[in-house]
Amino acid sequence: MPGRVYQCLSKIGESIIANKDFLTELDREIGDSDHGINMARGFHAVLEKVDPEAADIGASLKKAGMTLLSTVGGASGPLYGTAYMEAGKVLAGKTELTAEDMKAALEAAIAGIQKRGKAVKGEKTMLDAIIPASETYAAKIAEGADIVSALTAACQSAREGVEYTKTIIATKGRASYLGERSIGHQDPGATSATLTLEAIRDFLRG
Amino acid sequence: MVGIVIVSHSWKIAEGVKDLAREMAQNFTGLVSAGGLSDGSIGTDAQRIADAILEADSGDGVVILADIGSSIMSSEAAIELLEDEGQEVNAVIADAPIVEGSICAVVEAAGGGTSDSVLKAAEEAREANKL
Repeated sequence: MPGRVYQCLSKIGESIIANKDFLTELDREIGDSDHGINMARGFHAVLEKVDPEAADIGASLKKAGMTLLSTVGGASGPLYGTAYMEAGKVLAGKTELTAEDMKAALEAAIAGIQKRGKAVKGEKTMLDAIIPASETYAAKIAEGADIVSALTAACQSAREGVEYTKTIIATKGRASYLGERSIGHQDPGATSATLTLEAIRDFLRG
Repeated sequence: MVGIVIVSHSWKIAEGVKDLAREMAQNFTGLVSAGGLSDGSIGTDAQRIADAILEADSGDGVVILADIGSSIMSSEAAIELLEDEGQEVNAVIADAPIVEGSICAVVEAAGGGTSDSVLKAAEEAREANKL
């Protein structure tokens, strides 16, 4: 039986792959029609390259990140690749995930995406979903919530973030060429980031 | 000798720019392309770029010429991968058009330029008028 970190990556991969056409369709409207195809290709490779037996969460996330860097192909490759690698650094050597570990990993992933993409909140990117999600998560665990209920609230914030991306103009990436015509469309990256958080929540809820 | 890496989403573009630039300096060996994904499809691959940087480096640094979109982010990620591995390579990304910049960079590098002068030569290609 595969280890828990591999099972969690499988859950994320299943969701990304199941939503391949949906993500690509979102990207067709405001981008270059490849987000779902690229992410699905990346996660097929992740599930081949990461050791299913590995217990070290950090090492598995680092391997997943390096695989995404090499196989996704578009901008989401270096962005998600860096996010997984930075989260992996924070979780190096860990075989169990506490609520605090999850907070640190989320924050490291966001810092990695910001470093790589030089983006901030409000530019119609994945950050518009995961920054509010991370803030909600941190607030919930500060109130004493457990990891699953804090993540459930975080996923709600991420969904609201995806809705928010429909109302704003893209200023980063391919969608920025559309200017005001990008309004009305939800951001594909914010959507895949939300699917990722929901898959982690579903996995931990069991 | 400063090395030069050509990064493009397309394997054909990267190879073609390399061929074109090498015409300017046929004995220059530090010119390496990193185009597309390993299966030949369109995209950029940070690991492939990192390997190309190591291949191009002879100890005097590497200047990267890149095309659009994720080629810059993947090149930055490649430099960080090498740093994380403890590789001591001075690799910099030129803010320059890939075709003209590569030709100017190769001429400067083959003439014994430094990392700074090769970078400058590549970036000056941005200002060149065609008409």
